[in-house]
Amino acid sequence: MRPRSGLLIQDTIQSGSRRTFNMAETHSLQDMRQQAAIASKVFVQRDYSTGTTCQFQMKFLPELENRIDKQQFEETVRTLNNLYAEAEKIGGKSYLEGCLACLTAYTIFLCMETHYEKVLKKIAKYIQEQNDKIYAPRGMLITDPIERGLRVIEITIYEDRIGGNGR
Amino acid sequence: MSAVMVSKKVLRKWEKLPGKNTFCCDGRVMMARQKGVFYLTLFLIVGTCALFFAFECPYLAVHLSPAIPVFAIILFFFVMATLLRTSFSDPGVLPRALPDEATFIEMEIEAANGNVPAGQRPPPRIRNVQINNQIVKLKYCYTCKIFRPPRASHCGICDNCVERFDHHCPWVGNCVGKRNYRYFYLFTLSLSLLTIYIFTFDIVHVVLRSVDSGFVNTLKDTPGTVLEVVVCFFTLWSVVGLTGFHTYLVSLNQTTNEDIKGSWSGKNRVQNPYSHRNIMKNCCEVLCGPMHPSALDRRGELVELPLAPVPIPASKNNKENPQTTKATAPLISNEHTPDDVKSSIAPELEGGVEVMPSPLENKHPPSEPPTPPPAEPAETTVEPDGAF
Repeated sequence: MRPRSGLLIQDTIQSGSRRTFNMAETHSLQDMRQQAAIASKVFVQRDYSTGTTCQFQMKFLPELENRIDKQQFEETVRTLNNLYAEAEKIGGKSYLEGCLACLTAYTIFLCMETHYEKVLKKIAKYIQEQNDKIYAPRGMLITDPIERGLRVIEITIYEDRIGGNGR
Repeated sequence: MSAVMVSKKVLRKWEKLPGKNTFCCDGRVMMARQKGVFYLTLFLIVGTCALFFAFECPYLAVHLSPAIPVFAIILFFFVMATLLRTSFSDPGVLPRALPDEATFIEMEIEAANGNVPAGQRPPPRIRNVQINNQIVKLKYCYTCKIFRPPRASHCGICDNCVERFDHHCPWVGNCVGKRNYRYFYLFTLSLSLLTIYIFTFDIVHVVLRSVDSGFVNTLKDTPGTVLEVVVCFFTLWSVVGLTGFHTYLVSLNQTTNEDIKGSWSGKNRVQNPYSHRNIMKNCCEVLCGPMHPSALDRRGELVELPLAPVPIPASKNNKENPQTTKATAPLISNEHTPDDVKSSIAPELEGGVEVMPSPLENKHPPSEPPTPPPAEPAETTVEPDGAF
């Protein structure tokens, strides 16, 4: 298998669009993406046992076994699940937001962010943090689930630069 | 050496999205392709209201109350806002699986199915999940390469999987799904109210005027009234009926799709696992629940970056053109069997990039000079030359 050069279009999220990113930190992650080779990708699937709310399975995937602690991984997934549960919570606050929006014929969202969007920003920050502190040093990167339609948490495993022990 | 970023034009993600949607205002607006009936809806609403304000309102404001036109304006504004919101927003489209994810799922399916003897059809791709003590079957979508979440369905007209798919409505020119159902419901409700309102005051107006000048003369003076009454009469039956039907669905937390298919009709003791068994709770969840964000980042920019060598099998053909390539799921039409799908996905195992002849016919063509070689027809995009 010879390496081949080519072009890859990467998604860059710019300010002014829906999500903002810390550009400095992204740079170091992008460096990693550019220099390291992708060994494999694993996908943490959705857990539908509680219904259509966004929850991910805590099952520890075999490919991650020698890369990261089970507890660490479960902690990450658990925190993400809690954050999504917070975003989708149906309670007094969401009713108030819904009614207020309805009364203004939803024009209020031209100037205000929805609660869900606020939590999504929190989630993006948390994932960034986890990537920086825990996953990137171990040669992995978590992709924000919103970029995959909230279907999966995609974890990209990069080759060890030293060992080159690929798949 | 960018083939994409020519001069000031920025390539945005909506331009490369698969599916049969049309986009306007640089990705801010998302609709289905056929918009004729939507224009008719707009015309009927705006036209009828214009006639009402021209013929009825001057007379009624003076003889009855100035609040009548004011309330009509508020209702009209609400109808238009909810209609446009329903038509222009993303109904909850699920982005298609990228090649890596599609391959991963394929491998899981194969592992689950085991060895199928040659000549036999492989078993249907279904995953069972248990939701609130009910077994729900998740079907595999061959177009989007994903197992559809519960309540999602693939819209053939828009060629997308939509979450909590209700139906595709030609009158609003869009699918109705998780993200825009409440706007759709409020649109039908407010339109019913507006229709009843206009109809009532048309009658009142004709009666009041007839007392003064006689019935025939009234009709001659205000010909618009006749037109309004006719439109409102026919609209009433359909829209009010539709509102009633959707009120029933909302109270049960069901979708039109589930109702038509009889998914929770009670046969075999199957019950709706999503219902809270309480009408108020169901209504609150559907109408006042959280506002889910769009999973399609339509206005995000697509940027090219030079990539360090990736360990992928040598590819002769792809090297020729400095084409814009993107890791995205190839479009494979529904007629393909699972085997075709498998053979075309397998080469992309390494997360390789592939040329995608995006369905450009309905979008602004990006200003990139060298178009990808296998441009249209956009049936299959994969080059089965074992390259990657």
